Amino acid sequence: MSRAVISEIRKNHILELLRSGKRTDGRAPEDVRQVSVETGVIESADGSAIAKYGDTEVIVGVKIIPGTPFADTPGKGVLTTGAELIPMAHPLFESGPPGEDAIELARVVDRGIRESGMVDVEKLCIEAGKEVWMCFIDIYALNYDGNLFDVTNLAAVAALRTAVIPAQQYGKGENIPLPTTCIPIAVTAAKIGNTLILDPNFDEEQISSARLTVTTDDDGNYRAMQKGGEGPITLDDLTQCLDMSAEVGRRIRKIIG
Amino acid sequence: MEKREAGGAREVVVPGDLLDDGRLRPGNGAYVLDGKIYASRLGVKNVFSGSVGVIPLRGRYMPAPGDMVLGMIADVGPSNWLVDINSPYPAPLHVSEVPWKVEFGDTSRFLKIGDMIMAKILMVDESMKVQVTMNDSGLRKLEGGQIAEIAHSKVSRVIGKSGSMIQMIKNMTDCRIFVGQNGRIWVDGDIEEATVAVDAIKMIEREAQTSNLTERVKDFIGSRIIPEEE
Amino acid sequence: MSGQSDLELVNKKGIRLDGRKAGELRSIKIEAGVLKNADGSAYVEMGKNKVRAAVYGPRECHPRHLQDPTKAIIQCKYNMMAFSVSDRKRPGPDRRSVEISKITADALESVVLTELFPRASIDVYIEILQANAGTRCAGLTAASVALADAGIPMRDIIPAVAVGKADGKVLLDLNKEEDNFGQADVPMALIPKTNEIVLLQMDGNMTREEFDTAIKMGVDACHEIYAVQKDALRRRYAVALKEGVSDE
Repeated sequence: MSRAVISEIRKNHILELLRSGKRTDGRAPEDVRQVSVETGVIESADGSAIAKYGDTEVIVGVKIIPGTPFADTPGKGVLTTGAELIPMAHPLFESGPPGEDAIELARVVDRGIRESGMVDVEKLCIEAGKEVWMCFIDIYALNYDGNLFDVTNLAAVAALRTAVIPAQQYGKGENIPLPTTCIPIAVTAAKIGNTLILDPNFDEEQISSARLTVTTDDDGNYRAMQKGGEGPITLDDLTQCLDMSAEVGRRIRKIIG
Repeated sequence: MEKREAGGAREVVVPGDLLDDGRLRPGNGAYVLDGKIYASRLGVKNVFSGSVGVIPLRGRYMPAPGDMVLGMIADVGPSNWLVDINSPYPAPLHVSEVPWKVEFGDTSRFLKIGDMIMAKILMVDESMKVQVTMNDSGLRKLEGGQIAEIAHSKVSRVIGKSGSMIQMIKNMTDCRIFVGQNGRIWVDGDIEEATVAVDAIKMIEREAQTSNLTERVKDFIGSRIIPEEE
Repeated sequence: MSGQSDLELVNKKGIRLDGRKAGELRSIKIEAGVLKNADGSAYVEMGKNKVRAAVYGPRECHPRHLQDPTKAIIQCKYNMMAFSVSDRKRPGPDRRSVEISKITADALESVVLTELFPRASIDVYIEILQANAGTRCAGLTAASVALADAGIPMRDIIPAVAVGKADGKVLLDLNKEEDNFGQADVPMALIPKTNEIVLLQMDGNMTREEFDTAIKMGVDACHEIYAVQKDALRRRYAVALKEGVSDE
C-alpha cells in the first residue's frame, strides 16, 4: 500500500506497546478485529456481500454472464477478479485506473479462490468450446483501515457462496446456485519490529516492514500465499504464520460456513 | 469555552434551519436572508447576548492567530519546514521561528518528517496562508508519550470550564497533557495511566454534549486506576 | 427515451407498475455518517437505488494549478459500480459519469460557502451501488447530506428528484421501466429555502403544459425529500444531546 506519514510518536507508541504484547486498540498480537458479513446486499448483482473487519469495509458484487471459453480450457467457466481502491475509502486512494496495490489485491484474492477450487468451473460449461458462464468478481473498498486482503477475500467468498447463475435471463434453463466447494480464508500477518500481528490496522500496516497473506481451505491445506513489504521474514515467522492462518482461518470460516 | 445562554435547550440544527426571525444578530455559523437568520452548518443552536449562531459539531480545524496547535513535520526545505496542522492548510515554519540557530540547509538535523511539535499560529492572511512559530514559552519538539486525535470542535469540552476537566485528568492519571486547538492532544506519563487518560479524552469526545460529563469521566478514570496507598 | 413499448406503464386507474400514483415518490431512506474515514458521508436508498456519498475536505487542493485564491473548489466524482446495473458495467469513468460529476459539483457549489476556504478543495465522491433510474438525483441528495455531515458551511441542503412522462402521463420519480420506455426525463434539484433551481436536465418530448405540471410536482417532491435529509442529520446528532441539560 502507498505510505502515509505516521508521526514518530505514534510509531514509537505502537512499538512500545508491542514490546509488552499489546496493541493500541487493546488487541493481543494474534487477535482479529470484530468480523461481520452481510450477503445479498445488491439486487442487481448475481451475488454480493459487504464484509467488515473493524473499520475496514469492502463490498463485492458478482455478475455471471454467458461468454466464450479460453481456447486452452474449452470446458471450463471463466473467473475474472477486479478491485478498485476508490477515493471514498481513504484519503490516500486516488481516482483513476487501478494501480499496483489494487491489482495485487485482486490477484491475491483471485488466487485463493481459483487455487482452492472454490468455484467449480467445470460445472460452468454450457457448451464445450463454445459457451461457458463467466463470473466477474468486482471489488470496491468502501472504508480502509488496514488488511484489505482478508476483508476482501471474505467478502468475495461470501458473495460467491450466495451467487445464483441467472440462466433464465439468458434462456439457458432454470436459475441455479453457483456451484461452490470449499471456503478459502485469507489470514494476513504483518511484521512490526520482531513481532508478528494478525489483521493489522492502518497505522500498523504503515509501520510494518513485511506482511504475509496465507489462504487455507476447509482441510487446513495451504492454497495461496503472498509476501509483501520491503523487509524480510524469517523461517520462524513463516512457521508462525502457517500455524496462525490455519487456526484463525477455521474460526472465520465458521462465520459464513 | 464557548458561552451558552444559561438553561438554553440544546437544539441540533442543520444548514438552512431558521434560527431567528430577526430580533437577534447573526453569530458564527449563521446567515441572514430576507431579514431572517438561518443556520449555515450542522451544530447546536447557540443564543448568547443578543446574537444567535451555531456551535459546530463537525468540521475541519481552521487556524486562527494565537492558537496553540500540535503540528507534524510533513516536509523539510533548506530554510523552513512544512507543518501539517490538521487543517486544510499546511503551515510553513521558518528557521527564524524556531528556538535554535539553524544554518541554511541544516533543517533536518533539528526536525525531520514525522516529528511532532507544539507550535503557535503566527499569522493567517486572507487567502489562508498560514505561518507557525515555535518562539514562545514552552513550545518545543515533543518526544515520547501518545497522541490522541479528536474533533477540534470538542477541544473546549476536553479543556473544560477554566481548564477544570483537563486538570482533573492530569491529576488523576499523573500525566503531562498538552491540548492543541487543532484537535491533537499529547499525553505523556506511565504508559498504563497515559492510556487511561487517552481513553478518557476519547470518552469526552464521544459524549461531549451530555450532562454530568465531569462526574462520569471521574468515575471512568477512577475505575481504571487504583489510587496508590497513602 | 425510446417511447416505444408494449408494456403498460400506467394503468387505467392511474397506477404505475410499482403501485405508485403519478405524483408519488418511491420509498426513501437516508442515513448520515456511514463511513469512518470520510469527513462526512451519507447513504441513500431511493426505491431500488442504493447510493453512498463521501466528502473529504476542505483539504489541500491537488493538483495545485486548480487552486482558487478566493474560494474552495468542489471536485465531484460520480461512479457506478460494475454490478450496479443489469448488464455489468466496465469499471472506470465514461462520458456520462463525467457529465453527471460536473453538474453535481455545480449544483453543490451553489449552496456551499466556498469563499470561507480559499485555495482548498472539497472532494465529493458518489458511488452507485445499485441503480434503478434517478441515480444522479439520489447521488446529489446523498452528497448534500454528506457535505452537511462534514460540517461544511452551506446555505441549505439540496434535494433532487426526476420527473418525466410515460404512457403520456406526467410522473414523479421515474423508475427503471418508466425511464427506459417513457417519453421524457427531467432530473432536477433546488434550494428549498428559495426554490431556486440548481440542476435541470431534460430529454424527451413534453408539451409546455406537461412540463409546467412536472416542475410543480418536482418542486413539491424536493421539499418532501428535504425533510428526510434534515431528519437523517438530526437523528445522527440529536442522540448525544438527549439529556438536554448542561452541567456547566
